[in-house]
Amino acid sequence: MGWNRKVLRVNLSAGTCTPEPLNMAWANDYLGSRGLASKYLISEIDPKVDPLSPDNKMIMATGPLTGTMASTGGRYTVVTKGALTNAIACSNSGGFFGAEMKFAGWDMIIFEGKSPKPVYLYVENDKAELRDAAHLWGKTCWEAEETIKRQHQDPLIRVSSIGGAGENQVMFACIVNDLHRAAGRSGVGAVMGSKNLKAVAIRGTKGVSGIKDFPAFLAATNAAKKVLADNAVTGQGLPKYGTQVLMNVINEMGALPTRNHRDVQFEEAGKISAEAMHEKRPSDGKAQLVTNAACFGCTIACGRISKIDETHFSVKNSPKYWGASGGLEYEAAWALGAANGVGDLEALQYANLLCNEHGMDPISFGATVGAAMEMYETGILSKEQIGLDAPFGSAEALCQLVEMTAHGKGFGKELGLGSARLCAKYGHPELSMSVKGQEFPAYDSRGIQGMGLAYATSNRGACHLRGYTVASEVLGIPVKTDPLTTDGKPELVKAFQDATGIFDSAGICVFTSFAWTLADVQPQLQAACEGDWSMDKLNLVGERIWNMERQFNLAAGLSAKDDDLPPRLKTEPAKTGPAKGLVNGLDKMKPEYYKVRGWDSAGVPEQATLQRLGL
Amino acid sequence: MQKSLHIDPAKCTGCLQCEMACSYEHTGAINPSKSRIKVFDFEHEGRKVPYTCTQCADAWCMNACPVDAIVLDAATGAKVVKEAICVGCKVCTIACPFGTVNYMADVGKVQKCDLCGGSPKCAEACPTAAITYVDADWTGLDRMRAWAAKANTAAVAA
Repeated sequence: MGWNRKVLRVNLSAGTCTPEPLNMAWANDYLGSRGLASKYLISEIDPKVDPLSPDNKMIMATGPLTGTMASTGGRYTVVTKGALTNAIACSNSGGFFGAEMKFAGWDMIIFEGKSPKPVYLYVENDKAELRDAAHLWGKTCWEAEETIKRQHQDPLIRVSSIGGAGENQVMFACIVNDLHRAAGRSGVGAVMGSKNLKAVAIRGTKGVSGIKDFPAFLAATNAAKKVLADNAVTGQGLPKYGTQVLMNVINEMGALPTRNHRDVQFEEAGKISAEAMHEKRPSDGKAQLVTNAACFGCTIACGRISKIDETHFSVKNSPKYWGASGGLEYEAAWALGAANGVGDLEALQYANLLCNEHGMDPISFGATVGAAMEMYETGILSKEQIGLDAPFGSAEALCQLVEMTAHGKGFGKELGLGSARLCAKYGHPELSMSVKGQEFPAYDSRGIQGMGLAYATSNRGACHLRGYTVASEVLGIPVKTDPLTTDGKPELVKAFQDATGIFDSAGICVFTSFAWTLADVQPQLQAACEGDWSMDKLNLVGERIWNMERQFNLAAGLSAKDDDLPPRLKTEPAKTGPAKGLVNGLDKMKPEYYKVRGWDSAGVPEQATLQRLGL
Repeated sequence: MQKSLHIDPAKCTGCLQCEMACSYEHTGAINPSKSRIKVFDFEHEGRKVPYTCTQCADAWCMNACPVDAIVLDAATGAKVVKEAICVGCKVCTIACPFGTVNYMADVGKVQKCDLCGGSPKCAEACPTAAITYVDADWTGLDRMRAWAAKANTAAVAA
């Protein structure tokens, strides 16, 4: 079995930590991590609960492959009702924290209630206790991790924490582990902050011993690693260029949302691309990129470790940012850069560092700045209201706004609402480039049509990681489809959504799916886990997870009208590039998608669908 | 031919596949806390460095052991801890200048790299060849080759 069969339930109101057996019937139906934790959450909370109230719960969960030599087997997810979205939230993170939870003997940790004062959870194998965090409250994620390690005199502890953003309930606050990996989206950090939970610190020395068939597992994981190594994307592109390999590619396709989606191509994309990160700077003769880095067990190693230009205006007086640290991934570089028209690579790195340090999702932060800049340029927001000049393209404004948001100062407090609430507050909800309150990631759905449907129907709000049809529409994985048409996209979106549920629930990284299909994951799961994990079963479980999440959202009060895109994407055609003249064809795709899903015209799963899926 | 582990930190991504493989080989569980090779992350410099026993020819640990629990595996050159003999006195952990012999409190013995009897699992598991198992007399061969390649000597037709 890949599971430890043990759950830690932490009641923050009562201050208790109680072990309980994992519900194995549910594990058999929902696999682990995303699927299984969502099943727990949905069974335990009122779907209409206020995400920031003590009645919401938050689950940190591993999958059966987490903490194993399956490549990328280090993932954990944070499942809760999202502060940003009021929908089911499931944020996935790499690093080393998830594997450590597994090594300590736990599959997941369920947090419920609210602590009367700031606390952190300390777990050392079977021992779990809540400890006072008065000395940690107000500290950054980086300071909290360092303080906990020093205080316990144990450099091998793994820490997951919130920074000021989570404490102050910035709506897109994230949870940061291992300094620069994050459960990033949907405001899971705000939920953690609302519970007065500063950090989770884990040391595990028990290891994973319960693999069902170790020899078969080693054979399966070795074969799958070879597939990754032999693939051009996972074997060469990602290690060398990281996800940033996409910047120039997507720009050329006319699908790089620019200046709050006014444009679909960014004239300075090259300056903020992977290639630019490799180029030597005039100031110090060094490239921004120092090296690539892997999360636990990852044989791809797409992570970027970078050094900022010490002479850049943002950090010239702040040596603490001069060391190597987590560098720009594609989504962050886009959201902080193209979305705001900022082409200053070092400014983007600075904003990214502050997002990591203070625990903010750079996608939602950057996109919210983009909305604010548009409101500034159109006169909806004045210089006095913002406190500075904030035109598109201003690196100075970006750097000041990230500081103000991280520290909850001035207009930063309003940016912390996220773009949907911010734009609504100023009477222009249509300027928020979001779905279900969550900002778009880095693909314009006028140039990649399938992504419009994937965003609109994503259970956690706009997201590229719920149905990454970019793989097919741009990269031809597993088959090439035309990005400019809507034909066949409903089926494609469904297939990606269902398969992704399995990657997420297994405890592996969805980036493996550039090279792996479910057929590569299946033998690894079958060797690790008891029970039937055939392809048929996996397909069924993936679809079951999607529909379960959907039912939660419907019960939470969302409906078909929330499966929508901002009017800009449906009415303002792309101005340049291959998609010139096109809008997104969501209204054509959506009814078809509902049919393919076995949902009625209101987007509600039909009885027959629920029965087929055992829901 | 005697072989030895050869580590090139510049190639290490910090994935810990080596630690998983080592611990599985020696304990039957995937448990980096029991690994005899450790990857150190110098995050502010962006460097990851795997580190383990170099199998000293005249080994401090072996010389220090009062009960002769550390013995030479003549086939591989590894200095191997005989757990049945080890009394857990930890003198070897003090004697080793490199810190690569460590006490395991849960079993009351020390552990160190034993080269897996001649097929080190860490090297097999490493996805980037940061850890290799090479001719002990020629651990510098790759580096020499790299420098040789830079030597500015044009090929001349005979």
